[in-house]
Amino acid sequence: MLQSYLNAEGAMLVEMKNAGVRRGGRWLVRGVDLAVRRGEIVTLVGPNGSGKSTTVKTAIGVLKPDEGTVVRARGLKVGYVPQKVSVDWTLPLTVGRLMQLTGPLRTDAMTEALEAVGIAHLVNMEVQALSGGEFQRALLARALARKPDLLVLDEPVQGVDFSGEIALYQLIRELRDRTGCGILLISHDLHVVMAQTDMVVCLNGHVCCRGTPESVVRSPEYTRLFGSRAGETLAIYRHHHDHTHLPDGRVRLADGTIAEDCGDGHNHHAGEAEKDLAAERHDA
Amino acid sequence: MLDDFFTRALVAGIGLALVAGPLGCFVVWRRMAYFGDTMAHSALLGVALAFLLQLELTAGVFIVAGIASLALVLLQRKGTLSTDALLGILSHSTLALGLVMIAFMSWIRIDLMGFLFGDILAVSRFDIAVIYAGGAVVLAVLAWLWRPLFAATVNIEIAEAEGLKPERAEFVFMLLMAAMIAIAMKIVGILLITSLLIIPAAAGRRFASTPETMAISASLCGVAAVAGGLTASLHFDTPSGPSIVVAALLIFLVSVGSFPVLRRVMGRSHGA
Repeated sequence: MLQSYLNAEGAMLVEMKNAGVRRGGRWLVRGVDLAVRRGEIVTLVGPNGSGKSTTVKTAIGVLKPDEGTVVRARGLKVGYVPQKVSVDWTLPLTVGRLMQLTGPLRTDAMTEALEAVGIAHLVNMEVQALSGGEFQRALLARALARKPDLLVLDEPVQGVDFSGEIALYQLIRELRDRTGCGILLISHDLHVVMAQTDMVVCLNGHVCCRGTPESVVRSPEYTRLFGSRAGETLAIYRHHHDHTHLPDGRVRLADGTIAEDCGDGHNHHAGEAEKDLAAERHDA
Repeated sequence: MLDDFFTRALVAGIGLALVAGPLGCFVVWRRMAYFGDTMAHSALLGVALAFLLQLELTAGVFIVAGIASLALVLLQRKGTLSTDALLGILSHSTLALGLVMIAFMSWIRIDLMGFLFGDILAVSRFDIAVIYAGGAVVLAVLAWLWRPLFAATVNIEIAEAEGLKPERAEFVFMLLMAAMIAIAMKIVGILLITSLLIIPAAAGRRFASTPETMAISASLCGVAAVAGGLTASLHFDTPSGPSIVVAALLIFLVSVGSFPVLRRVMGRSHGA
């Protein structure tokens, strides 16, 4: 019965409520409310060190939240592409073996996934011999081939060439359309991702803003967040914030005062966007 | 057949090499060479405690090596000191503690060199039984654990996210290492156990295209090293442990393709 609930249209796959993760006396991310339902694509955007990876790791149970709650559907099958995977050269690992890392796979399912990402010819190659983009495609194929309920992708197309990037995002959406899985995505490729996403969540140590791409695109914030020519060209991701997170976890506000947290006063509204971008530094 | 001490040593050593191959692969893949060394050094403390409390030696070593590895993992999590420094502290302090304790127990005569470097003469039928029974358990558990442990070795976050419980796999792996050290001590000695794990695995890498074939070829390289080393040990009256390690080193050199060097050495000895 749980299984049928999990498979129902629009079923809740993972839900975070007021979740926060603390490391070394500093909150990496705090007060995150986030939900991914079956058939939904949720994209996290935000500057470096804004807690995107931390948030998705908490969502799938790799990290435990230090406050708040994370609820995952029982029996949830996750397919995960981490931000960084490095394989020691001493490991004899072919693409085919990598595909079966966390579970056995039928040959036709493997071939299908590898063909979908365009590297079926590399199945017997050792992964250390792959280029960065090819390896990234292999990781994506591995996650797809599991036929997961929830696909979690942390910058899945890094190192992939531009035309390949668009094709892979198309593939991710097609997979959602076909299988109805939920997708939690971290991406810097806003110009491509926006069109493929149901919900955008902007993080900066907490949730800054969120909404459907349509509502976000029409809002004045969007222009300032992502540049006015987003969608037309290779837009440079510009993210304007009016406060700076200090190393000790406190916050320097736009007027120079120091506060314990960002409060609700921060925003990305007109006027402030004119400020020097360099004022907003978020080191990883 | 097992009346002959040399045959006993050979049988025991081969059993050991078969177990060390797959375990050693994980030690190499996970970059745990120094970790294994630390666990092995703590074995002498286990020996001392076993004498003091009149326990079976193998059991004493297993318990102490297991505790040392758990202590390491916990201290690593606290993150007060670098792993490197922690290993250095535990490795040498457990070895020193063991040596000091043994020195205090003046009522017992212990062949310290035998523990440190192995002693083929000391291998009994009972030791062989322990090696094969213990080794079979270690290999069976490792086979059962293979997928989660291997996935955790490639990327622990993927393993965790996709429900393989990698932390449990890593914990059990520590226990397997402790068991391996306990049964290997008599043959190669405390100071050289990790070499039996690492060198055959490194040599096996050259002949392998999958993790499983690497494990098997590591075992075979280990068997060859044990056979060659023990034969040489008998022939030249050298200690068994170091002789096995030297043989393993030669196999490794061959595997990495040092053929020109080797041929020159061989040519010279033939010419003489």
